[in-house]
Amino acid sequence: MMNQILIAGFGGQGVLFAGKFLAYKGLIEGKQVSWLPSYGPEMRGGTANCSVIVGDEPIGSPIVNAPNTLVAMNLPSLQKYENAVVPGGLILVDSTLIAEQVRRTDVRVCYVPATKLANDSGFATLANMILMGKLLKESEDMSFEHTEDALKKVIPARKIDLLGVNLKALETGFAYAE
Amino acid sequence: MSEKVLMKGNEAIAEAAIRAGCRHYFGYPITPQTEVAAYMAKRMPKIGGCFLQAESEIAAINMVYGVASAGKRVMTSSSSPGISLKSEGLSYLAGSDLPAFVVNVQRGGPGLGGIQPSQSDYFQSTKGGGHGDYRMIVLAPASVQEMASLTIKGFDLADKYRMTAMILADGTMGQMMEPVELGDVEVKDYDKSWAVTGTKCARPHNIVNSLFLEPEELEKNNFARYERYKAVEENEVLFESYLMDDAEICVVAFGISARVSKNAINEARKQGIKVGMIRPITLWPFPKAPLLAAAGHCHTFLSVEMNMGQMIEDIELAIRCKRPVRLVNRVGGMIPSPEQVLLAIQDADKGGKAS
Amino acid sequence: MIVFQKPKSLCDVPLHYCPGCTHGIIHRLVAEAIDELGIEGETIGVAPVGCAVMAYNYFACDMVEAAHGRAPAVATGLKRADPSKIVFSYQGDGDLASIGTAETVHSATRNENITVIFVNNAIYGMTGGQMAPTTLPGQVTQTSPYGRDVNHCGYPVKISEMLSQLEGPEYIERVAVNNVKNIRNAKKAIKKAFQNQIDGKGFSLIEVISSCPTNWGLSPEKALQWLEENMIPYYPLGVYKDRSAEKEAAEA
Repeated sequence: MMNQILIAGFGGQGVLFAGKFLAYKGLIEGKQVSWLPSYGPEMRGGTANCSVIVGDEPIGSPIVNAPNTLVAMNLPSLQKYENAVVPGGLILVDSTLIAEQVRRTDVRVCYVPATKLANDSGFATLANMILMGKLLKESEDMSFEHTEDALKKVIPARKIDLLGVNLKALETGFAYAE
Repeated sequence: MSEKVLMKGNEAIAEAAIRAGCRHYFGYPITPQTEVAAYMAKRMPKIGGCFLQAESEIAAINMVYGVASAGKRVMTSSSSPGISLKSEGLSYLAGSDLPAFVVNVQRGGPGLGGIQPSQSDYFQSTKGGGHGDYRMIVLAPASVQEMASLTIKGFDLADKYRMTAMILADGTMGQMMEPVELGDVEVKDYDKSWAVTGTKCARPHNIVNSLFLEPEELEKNNFARYERYKAVEENEVLFESYLMDDAEICVVAFGISARVSKNAINEARKQGIKVGMIRPITLWPFPKAPLLAAAGHCHTFLSVEMNMGQMIEDIELAIRCKRPVRLVNRVGGMIPSPEQVLLAIQDADKGGKAS
Repeated sequence: MIVFQKPKSLCDVPLHYCPGCTHGIIHRLVAEAIDELGIEGETIGVAPVGCAVMAYNYFACDMVEAAHGRAPAVATGLKRADPSKIVFSYQGDGDLASIGTAETVHSATRNENITVIFVNNAIYGMTGGQMAPTTLPGQVTQTSPYGRDVNHCGYPVKISEMLSQLEGPEYIERVAVNNVKNIRNAKKAIKKAFQNQIDGKGFSLIEVISSCPTNWGLSPEKALQWLEENMIPYYPLGVYKDRSAEKEAAEA
């Protein structure tokens, strides 16, 4: 199984951090992983995206052109990458920020009002991790195991007090039912 | 065995350099390699090393020249336009037989070009860049682990052969994170009795110099240098051979292009196409012998590279034009897709059988 | 009794400089300073591209030959590699004030703990007498055959004045080697520039107004006279910056 994940949104939404979390979780679970950010001016204000591959086989190209899983955190990202998702793949949509519906009918879609859930729960900046929680739930080869260990790896030491809310956000997403 | 950590390619280079005993770094900001400098700026003051942001790429490479003259391990890193500026210094380092370690995280060119990944400095790094007869050892990593291991190797080769070793990476390799294992590095001692460390009034003065006004002397120097280069060609060729045993089509690619090609080769194999890959890890010295051997059983070669066709010339020379070599490329910061490479493999497969 | 001999820090080899060239005097002053301070065994010199390119054959200490204009960057590397060494660069006007201006200004503003000997003779000597950044207005050279036209190619660069505006450098002085009195002063300045480095005070640059009889087309004697009448009025001698002295004066 090779899970090719593309996380896309605005710069500042925690796209890269969410990707790092998945990559570290994979690493802890003994899988092959790669993480590749978009870089350059488009990170400031435009769409930022990040390719994450988690799988059992050695990884060839680290670039996710045809994701199994697309996490769309804003409308431009959904519009840009919707058609790239492989048939039978999964699209996670932050439905607070994206009013439109996914047009594809050959993919699974989860609409998660991640930004609203995050605001309501008092961790406004963690919509990304709510979506990650949902991703763990909906991906057949993933589970909630090792999330805390992975978070400890990606949260810088000086911000480790944020471990609790990150975990909470992941749980919120994992438990969310449409 | 040490723990595997996730690191960006650029950071892996910086950390590996420190472990290889490098305590001097000089650089000038340029995308997409700035993480190397940032890492060094953070770490060097804590370990008694020196990070200095130079006023230009030219100054940075000449500071490297200074430290190298003193016999210490030293490096600089940049991206394509910055390497053009450093090329003067690269020629002088070669002319003075100084060991140095240089990183080029390539971006698209020519001119200011772009900031997205590219491999269009192949000629610049393997054929010169600066003036005069000289070579650099050019290492092309295709993973973050290799960004680290080839950095360590690069410092050793530079010291061993008294020449510049260059990492030729690209924006993707620099920016991507992968698991990497960084053990302790055994830093070997090399004879550096030529270094300028002060005579203590106990020996004749050492002179680090590339000026030889007597043509006979300059020629002798060049000949001697090329004897060392010959030893490098004989002893230091590195390449990866992937599914080549029964291959009828040979993909040749380095760095990120090789990663992309692997996907395409795996897919083609599922379709029954006998294709393999030779991935040069040293671009100079170029793996001529395995390519020539491959020409014995491969009817077509594919050169997958992110430039307008640079390495393809070395492949044609290596196989002495015995087989057709086709170019599969994207440029300007674009990366070939596995589908593009697969199509080229399928095409070569049909063409090969038809002929 | 020996009354006069070559400084220890100069090799016993013939210099290649033209008759009447003042490089020989300046080499000697540098070597005497090194001898008197007893630092030869710990000193590393950086030679330029220009007439003094082969200075690496003349100074007995360890020597490095730098690319054109890059000597201050090379010296920076040497000093950073081992701060206990005494590092000096020896550069001409084309090297230091034209192609290497950035390296000069930035090593000065970093207060890099090095000593720079800047030989200003208002011409490119090695390549046969072309216009230098310090060529005087109206001065005839191979590439300013009708005299330097400031409207066309701008004004000379006054390095000592320029660098003394920076906060960074420790010591900037302009001296000349056209007569005994000036040579004595030059020696004092050069020695101080090395002493500053030993004391860890930072960047010291001594600009030495010098002659080029060959390319000026004058006899050695006439050249010194021309220097005095034309160069010194344009490039006044004196201390342009002495931070330690300024600090002491402020504290007193």
